[in-house]
Amino acid sequence: MSQPFRLEKGGRIDRNASVTFSFDGEELEGYQGDTLASALLANGQHLVGRSFKYHRPRGIVTAGSEEPNALVSIHRKGDQTPNIRATQVELYEGLEATSQNRFPSLGFDVGAINDILSPLFPAGFYYKTFMWPKSFWDRVYEPIIRSAAGLGYAPKNPDHDRYANTYAHCDVLVIGSGPAGLAAALSAAESGARVILCDEQAEFGGSLLSETTSTIDGLAPAEWIVKTVTTLAGMDNVTLLPRTTAFGYFAQNFVSLAERVTEHLAQPDAKLPRERLWQVRAKEVVIAAGSIERPMVFPENDRPGIMHAEAGRTYLNRYGVKVGDKVLVATACDSAWQAAFDLADAGTEIAAIADLRPNPPESLVSIAKARGIRVETACSVTGTSGRKRVSKALLGRISESGSVSAAGEVACDAILMSAGWTPTVSTYSQSRGKVVWNEEAQAFLPGVHVQNERSAGTCQGVFGLDAVLKDGYAAGEDAAKAATGKTGKVTYSIGSGDEMISGTFMGEIPHDRDASRVKAFVDYQNDVTAKDVKLAVREGMHSIEHIKRYTTTGMATDQGRLSNINALAIASKALDKPLTAVGLTTFRQPYTPTTFGTFAGQSRGQFFDPVRKTPSHDWAVDRGAEFEDVGQWKRAWFFPQDNEDMHAAVARECKIAREKVGLFDASTLGKIEVVGPDAAEFLERMYTNPWKKLGVGRCRYGLMLNDAGFIIDDGVVGRIAEDRFHVTTTTGGAAHVFATMEDYLQTEWPELDVWITSTTEQYAVAAIQGPLAREVIAPFIEGIDLSAEAFSHMSVATGTFCGVPCRLFRISFTGELGFEVNVPRRHGEMVWKTLAAEVEKRGGVFYGTETMHVLRAEKGYIIVGQETDGTVTPDDCGMNWAIGKKKHDFVGKRGLARPDLVAENRKQLVGLLTTDPKVVLEEGAQVTTSANPAKGTPADGHVTSSYHSATLGRSIALAMVKNGRALEGETLYVPMPEGSIPVKITGTVFFDKEGERLNG
Amino acid sequence: MAEDMVTTLYAPDAGEEPLLSLPDVSMLKTAPVTRLSFRGREEARKAAGKGFGFALPTKALNAKTKDDKAALWLGPDEWLLLAQDDALETTLSSLEKALSETPHALVDVSHRQDAILVTGSKATWLLNVGIAIDLHIDAFAVGTVTRTLFNKAPIMLWRVSEDSFVVEAWGSFMDYVSGIMIEAAEELKAA
Amino acid sequence: MLLIHCPYCETERPELEFVCRGEAHIARPQDPSSQTDEQWAEYLYLRENHKGIYAERWRHIHGCGRFFNAVRDTVSDKFLSIYKTGEPKPDLDALAARFAKSSAEAKK
Ligand SMILES: [Zn+2]
Repeated sequence: MSQPFRLEKGGRIDRNASVTFSFDGEELEGYQGDTLASALLANGQHLVGRSFKYHRPRGIVTAGSEEPNALVSIHRKGDQTPNIRATQVELYEGLEATSQNRFPSLGFDVGAINDILSPLFPAGFYYKTFMWPKSFWDRVYEPIIRSAAGLGYAPKNPDHDRYANTYAHCDVLVIGSGPAGLAAALSAAESGARVILCDEQAEFGGSLLSETTSTIDGLAPAEWIVKTVTTLAGMDNVTLLPRTTAFGYFAQNFVSLAERVTEHLAQPDAKLPRERLWQVRAKEVVIAAGSIERPMVFPENDRPGIMHAEAGRTYLNRYGVKVGDKVLVATACDSAWQAAFDLADAGTEIAAIADLRPNPPESLVSIAKARGIRVETACSVTGTSGRKRVSKALLGRISESGSVSAAGEVACDAILMSAGWTPTVSTYSQSRGKVVWNEEAQAFLPGVHVQNERSAGTCQGVFGLDAVLKDGYAAGEDAAKAATGKTGKVTYSIGSGDEMISGTFMGEIPHDRDASRVKAFVDYQNDVTAKDVKLAVREGMHSIEHIKRYTTTGMATDQGRLSNINALAIASKALDKPLTAVGLTTFRQPYTPTTFGTFAGQSRGQFFDPVRKTPSHDWAVDRGAEFEDVGQWKRAWFFPQDNEDMHAAVARECKIAREKVGLFDASTLGKIEVVGPDAAEFLERMYTNPWKKLGVGRCRYGLMLNDAGFIIDDGVVGRIAEDRFHVTTTTGGAAHVFATMEDYLQTEWPELDVWITSTTEQYAVAAIQGPLAREVIAPFIEGIDLSAEAFSHMSVATGTFCGVPCRLFRISFTGELGFEVNVPRRHGEMVWKTLAAEVEKRGGVFYGTETMHVLRAEKGYIIVGQETDGTVTPDDCGMNWAIGKKKHDFVGKRGLARPDLVAENRKQLVGLLTTDPKVVLEEGAQVTTSANPAKGTPADGHVTSSYHSATLGRSIALAMVKNGRALEGETLYVPMPEGSIPVKITGTVFFDKEGERLNG
Repeated sequence: MAEDMVTTLYAPDAGEEPLLSLPDVSMLKTAPVTRLSFRGREEARKAAGKGFGFALPTKALNAKTKDDKAALWLGPDEWLLLAQDDALETTLSSLEKALSETPHALVDVSHRQDAILVTGSKATWLLNVGIAIDLHIDAFAVGTVTRTLFNKAPIMLWRVSEDSFVVEAWGSFMDYVSGIMIEAAEELKAA
Repeated sequence: MLLIHCPYCETERPELEFVCRGEAHIARPQDPSSQTDEQWAEYLYLRENHKGIYAERWRHIHGCGRFFNAVRDTVSDKFLSIYKTGEPKPDLDALAARFAKSSAEAKK
């Protein structure tokens, strides 16, 4: 029979919409409106997984996000998502779910041997056992433990779903939509505040969704929900977010929500994101997180069929599912009695109500008697049996002295338990508030408020429907007033029929069994028993933080929402200390597990980081360029022709650039316009070089240090006018140099009349280098005399190029005659193509960053960040010529005089030539004085740049070597795994030492 | 006021297909305009106003517009001055003339950034995909201009009417900014 | 993510738009050449970086671009005072006392 445990009527499911789904390959039926958990229960399937450590059969315990056991894998579109709580999965047509942590099958699992061997696995087992030999940890223990541990399997394929992000702001964020949350949202909205209401469930209403006996304003709870939600939905100032978990509460009311947009749909539209991260900044927050029932820690309390009483009631009233045919109710709290009554009224046999309390309220006892239900007081469960489902319970009678005597057996196929209620303080705790123990409520409740938030309803210990509603309305009004200063006309609804509940128990239920043999579970998900907690105390763990880590109780994905209070009570009893003296661990983000996809949002693939392209990019792609990433920039690396590899392409590019001409995109270099009467004075302070005497129309290489005296950037600076300089920086240093200049200007020298503006992207820059450079640009330039005399090396002028405005520099980073054409960016592509055609016509090449590196290394020009590493001075690089000797001060001048910077034996930049010209050294390799240095010998230096030079027909390298300049001509070694490579120390300039080619 | 900007300064680029064209939101590249970065102290601000044609705003995050020009407050000593694309030379020279006696910096940044126009009832929804500031009309009024971030890209955002915004970004960042919005807008096409 | 009030933009903005640049009120010596090695090392490297009330330099880098100073409680992350560059350093002890008093009142 299909759905044997589904009732004829009742519940919020749509009985006209039957849904087919599968669990572990078996096809089952449910209804629209079911969760996977309720549909499984309707089919009589309690067993849904195996436990983490002992592989014990486990069933559904709750009906909410706190579910510790029913973790399943959901399969969709050929991929799977592990560790999804069946209680949160909305059923859809074709849903495929499988159980986890079992092999080969859920019914028969070989890992269950762990359960039989469990005396071998006490608390702290791993710490104690896998200590010796040390070398076994990496190779033997860890791999085995890892393969046996963990729940589910991580998906192997890239996530094909889309994820979205949004930033949102509101006056009042209400977390949770039970009676308190709905009331708070309504009163805040009616006060005129911008409200966001979120709830992790598909429907708003929280506990009211499974409430049938009480009324609000005379309406059934279901009707009141419809009325309230309809009102809220009609208000412009309200955003309603169902299926949305507030998973993280951060500083200054920054709250992260995860909205599951399509997870519940059978055929989600591919245009919709799967999940959306809401990053909400709320002026005020109302936490209406509710409370959850506490399990009873009795022996064998983990068999399938044993669940929270309120969960049993929820499955009945909300989903029309009875959790068993013969149900035992074990409780220490009034609320479970109502579950028994509801089930009995729906036709389920109640085997008994066993209340731990000697004197439960007479009113309840008489209702039970009227229904013919057997009532046992001062009585609880002391054991259970049944392999894949509970079939029998042992009862025990507790005497006044606390001793327990057997009180018979009860046959049952489900046990509903309730040790009372635990207010959900996770979200409050995340706000950095500290919970305090409330004696009256017998619970930890929100204490002082660190942020602009308030709790409402049962999460702050207010119970009883009308009290909860009142608390909610007041919280909403209060929050709206605090956020906006406004108040509105708010009508409070009146609730009735659900009175204050009483009764609570914390810790291990007394029993008459052999305490050393039975397992009474405290934390289901991490398989932690009462015995483990007591053992931890015996072994010296006296703080709850230590007990937690030693036993792993409360360390599962529910962060101990079910287990903490019981664990604490057991520990406090074992320690003979009051509960509050043992302490409570802190709840942290996330409230429930959150997918990586949600965090990543759109920041993946092409949008992971901005991809910055120069105006010549598309052209370079067409020309088959290979690209390299330089920061966020894509730069052409080399231009291979006819299946050339990089080596061949670079050799060709280098050779032709020196013989004829080469074209290189220098657009990514940072550019800063320094303008104002004090511009020269400012540069005088920022750079090592002197600037005041630089003539208009002239350029100079600038070297920038930090105040410690180390090189941080370099570039060419051109004087455009008396009060205007065009500064260039390295590509990678652009943002930092700009920020550093602003820092000095704003905070050290605010009196200077000078301002800086980034012009990096105002200009596209083409570098034309080589003997034919002048011929290449000449046809297009107007307004500038290009003759060697009129426009010598290190000149700058403005004119036009192809009719567009242009700043032309005569500079060189290759040692060849060179020009750099700066044109407004949107003209860059046109100018580039014009130059490219001209270069091709003259037999020149296009070259990329690799050739640029080789050409400059042949000339011994440094690259900041390659030759330098933040600890290199100008003198180390042989660049004292760049320091203005007469300058009284500049950034770094005092630093250069520090003892370590003027000490002997600093590393200095030198050239290296290998004895074998074919050997290209490895960049980063160490340089030593001995061919075979003893182990532990410090290196004398390291290789900073190394290339094959096609021009020289041999390898070249630059290196930083201790006292390097004094060692010129000597042989040192570069030790490599294949043997030491002898190298001769040389000067840093390998090509055209006189620099004559610059003046072509 | 600023609504006119859509038709005068930030006209949709005639040669460009809309980046996005949905019933509730559209995204258009705009035609080039003259952009001048102006830096200086109070005295310079006053002088610049004379050269530009109207006083530069002193109120933080505020834009002032007149005829076919706009002056945008970006910082206490920094403004972005906008004029028609063909008015670069005249605007520069009239400003420099008015400022000849006053220390200041005036730099042409017309090509540094590109602009897109995001318009429609879903404009704020789309912008908040990557912008972390509150764009509710009470918090970000018409005429408000600011630099901020769109995810990892620096942008300038100017609300020119209740439901239309100018987004400017340096040229190489624009594909990232508009690309994310285009991708995010996919869900608006869902049935 | 913190919310920070920019004294130039006169509005609160998310922390994303800002960078923190370490301890405030450490001026670059007027005449570096007269500094001893010890003094210079102290200027370069020695910072309080303590737990509690701390005056820091912040820059609204993705906004108005201005540097400003802020007194922040590094334990609670609360900003106690935000002021423009050039304005004097507030009395941190007095601020701390006032902050402690107001927090105590808020908790009641
Ligand atoms: Zn600011």
